[in-house]
Amino acid sequence: MGSGSMADARSPLAHLDGATVIERDGVRLAENPDAGKVNLRGDAGDAVWLAAIQAAVEIDLPQAPNTSTETPPLSALWLAPDEWMLVCADGSEGDVVASLEGAVAEFHASVVDVTDARTVFRLSGAGARNLLAKGCALDLHPRAFGLGDVAQTMLAKAAVILHQTTDDADEAGPVFDIYVPRSFADYLWSWLTDAIG
Amino acid sequence: MLLIPCPWCGERDVHEFHCGGEAHITRPAGADTIDDAAWADYLFMRQNPKGLYYERWNHAHGCRKWFHVVRDTVSDQILAVYQMDEAPPDIPGRSS
Repeated sequence: MGSGSMADARSPLAHLDGATVIERDGVRLAENPDAGKVNLRGDAGDAVWLAAIQAAVEIDLPQAPNTSTETPPLSALWLAPDEWMLVCADGSEGDVVASLEGAVAEFHASVVDVTDARTVFRLSGAGARNLLAKGCALDLHPRAFGLGDVAQTMLAKAAVILHQTTDDADEAGPVFDIYVPRSFADYLWSWLTDAIG
Repeated sequence: MLLIPCPWCGERDVHEFHCGGEAHITRPAGADTIDDAAWADYLFMRQNPKGLYYERWNHAHGCRKWFHVVRDTVSDQILAVYQMDEAPPDIPGRSS
């Protein structure tokens, strides 16, 4: 969470005193507040701009809606035809921003560190899809939403970004990263805790 | 549940969207000289048809893009979706 000269960022679930892992009935829910996040906007139709981004951070931005790309330690999530979120290791968001700002200086584009705007709930296990389906109108069948897929949608009325990071066939079952605005984190955590049953 | 096909994200629940009202309304030229009635007509008067309605929608909780929707106000059936810079399509067998 955050770095540099600013005060250390607090998890929006700090008041739970670390009780932020729940395992029950084939579902595991844990908070992962330690991912860096960078919002990037620009013209996806401009091959020169895309090449500049690739050269700066060595990841190809996903072009297809609702998809993502991964080149460790970076992931790029499609948010809109001209908008992406780059997810990086905790503390490295400053370097990612600096690299991108250098690359986009000559273009009509924007780079913003949004690390502390959202926290991440990591939901996994065989029952994860059913749990999400309780509060989400998306078609969450594996043939409709699978590994690498991304959606900005509503979960229990909270606007979230949903990203499947591990395949269903994996031993731990599918893994979903739920990016939730920090002001909704306590509410959504309570809802998920209740929904797990 | 009403599903709206966002031209980018695909079919999504209506609650992810914001309706921007009637589409293809042109701001009158010479806004500083036209009379109040003409200005009020531009500002407030809408068709409110029973049948086909051409609307603007925004995918507020998704990609945040604006687009056009042709919706039947009787059945809520969505007959066409098209981009902001496209002309309204003809709907075969239907008139607005």
